[in-house]
Amino acid sequence: MTLAPNISLGKEEGLKTEEFVVNIGPQHPSTHGLLRLVATLDGEIIKEVVPHIGYLHRSTEKIAENRYYHSFVPYTDRTDYISAMLMNWGYVMAVEKVAGICNPMRAEVIRVLIGELNRLASHLLFYGTFGMDVGAFTPFLWAFRERENILRLFESLCGQRLTYNYYRIGGVSHDLPKDWVGNLQKWLAHFKQVYKELYDILTYNVIFLRRTKGVGILSKEQAIAWGCTGPVLRASGVDWDLRRDETYSVYKELKFEVPVGENGDVWDRYWVRMQEMLQSISLVEQCLAKLKELDDKLPRLQRGSAEWKENAMFVIRTQSVLQVEPGEAYVRIEAARGELGYYLVSKGGAKPWKLKIRSGAFCNLSVLPEITRGKLIADLIAILASLDIVLGEIDR
Amino acid sequence: MTQEELQSYILQKYPGFKLEPLAHDLTFLVPAEQYIPFCTFLKEDPSMAFQNVMSLTATDYLDYMQVVVHINSYSQKHRIAIKVTLDRENPKISTITHLWPGANWHERETYDLYGVLFDKHPDLRRILLADDWEGYPMRKGYTHWNLTPMPDDVTEVMKDYPTVPNPLG
Repeated sequence: MTLAPNISLGKEEGLKTEEFVVNIGPQHPSTHGLLRLVATLDGEIIKEVVPHIGYLHRSTEKIAENRYYHSFVPYTDRTDYISAMLMNWGYVMAVEKVAGICNPMRAEVIRVLIGELNRLASHLLFYGTFGMDVGAFTPFLWAFRERENILRLFESLCGQRLTYNYYRIGGVSHDLPKDWVGNLQKWLAHFKQVYKELYDILTYNVIFLRRTKGVGILSKEQAIAWGCTGPVLRASGVDWDLRRDETYSVYKELKFEVPVGENGDVWDRYWVRMQEMLQSISLVEQCLAKLKELDDKLPRLQRGSAEWKENAMFVIRTQSVLQVEPGEAYVRIEAARGELGYYLVSKGGAKPWKLKIRSGAFCNLSVLPEITRGKLIADLIAILASLDIVLGEIDR
Repeated sequence: MTQEELQSYILQKYPGFKLEPLAHDLTFLVPAEQYIPFCTFLKEDPSMAFQNVMSLTATDYLDYMQVVVHINSYSQKHRIAIKVTLDRENPKISTITHLWPGANWHERETYDLYGVLFDKHPDLRRILLADDWEGYPMRKGYTHWNLTPMPDDVTEVMKDYPTVPNPLG
């Protein structure tokens, strides 16, 4: 590899170099959790990066086999604690599919509303930490200030800031509190202004562009073959979103666009997430309109009518130990970090026989050695941050 | 392709294959020796064009073990699952990393937690657990002093639950 016209590595006439190994983590702020990277370097050039994971392994899947269906919901919070609502959602959807439960319309709309709000919070955290990883401190503070507002809304919704345990098999744990929608609307109006500032301060900043444009390019073919999903896949130019292409819940009744990147570099992965934030805002607003529509219909629900009976059955289902018939299903949703799949096997009874959690970040991280080979060590941190990993989800 | 088209197309090529009756997704039960030819067919046939592995895991059924692979195609917008039954005492299967490199970490995880050996895997090490860990924790029968299973008999537990008034009368 040639660095400068007169310096060539490893050649006799040039500068003599030798490989050395740098250990990054597991305790390191830019690894976003407990991730250890063993990088073999030649000067500043990366020869090989080997990620070592598992420091946060809590055998969540084993616990699932020993818990009742309802009592496992809080454990899913702890896997991806940045977007815990979406982790809840995937799990309850898997159980509902195997158990053959369909949900009331209102619960589905609330699920989408809360899920999109959580995606927004998750992308805001990405924005902040990503900015910090490439050397900008201000975005971190700005993004966390806005994320705090979402967390406060969640706190008033279910009493928790990170581990929500809000979704239930057959719906959600309770309706939106009084005044909650008003507070959300107030914040949304405020956030739309702030979003512009967030976008402007980083997106076309010259220093930021130099750190991210053309860095860590993940080609379309690589992204597909390595099982990358979510914003990482879309940044590489694959037009694929499970919310649209394998639609679930009420997404088919909502309008949204799927932002797709061009080059698959670090900047594109950032840009796709920024665009997704706009889509999430729009989805939240559409859900609020839908809720209002449903509210108008609600008084018409007659006691004893078929709809009322259907709703009433959920009280029974969701407040007792759920028994599920034998069956199995792989259910996947578009979580903040890509495809979140739950493979559930039931052999009958009150506990799952097997539950596998397929997390987006797990597969996205597995491509890291591929895209960092031959790059500069300083770019490793930017590339890692652009994959937006959460170690709780990777290690489960 | 829709699920029905997919099913009839594959059964045309491989008439002997059975379907998993309990699965909600299209799931083929594949004999171990046909696993690699079948996967190669799924990848290379233009109307199949399966592009990546979504999930690869194993299930311990006490008498036997099954490896379950969920594969996906973005261009054709379809997905299926493949199940291969293995001997529980000596689970061994070929790797599919040469077809879909994304299977690499999934296979390592399955080896780590279930003890399934993947033949010709480029880097078969434990991934989540420590290298010197003994046993395969996700197998049935592996217990830990800190893991208390909820009782199988639900009626005992239901005694402690507050009685739910039946809204249907």
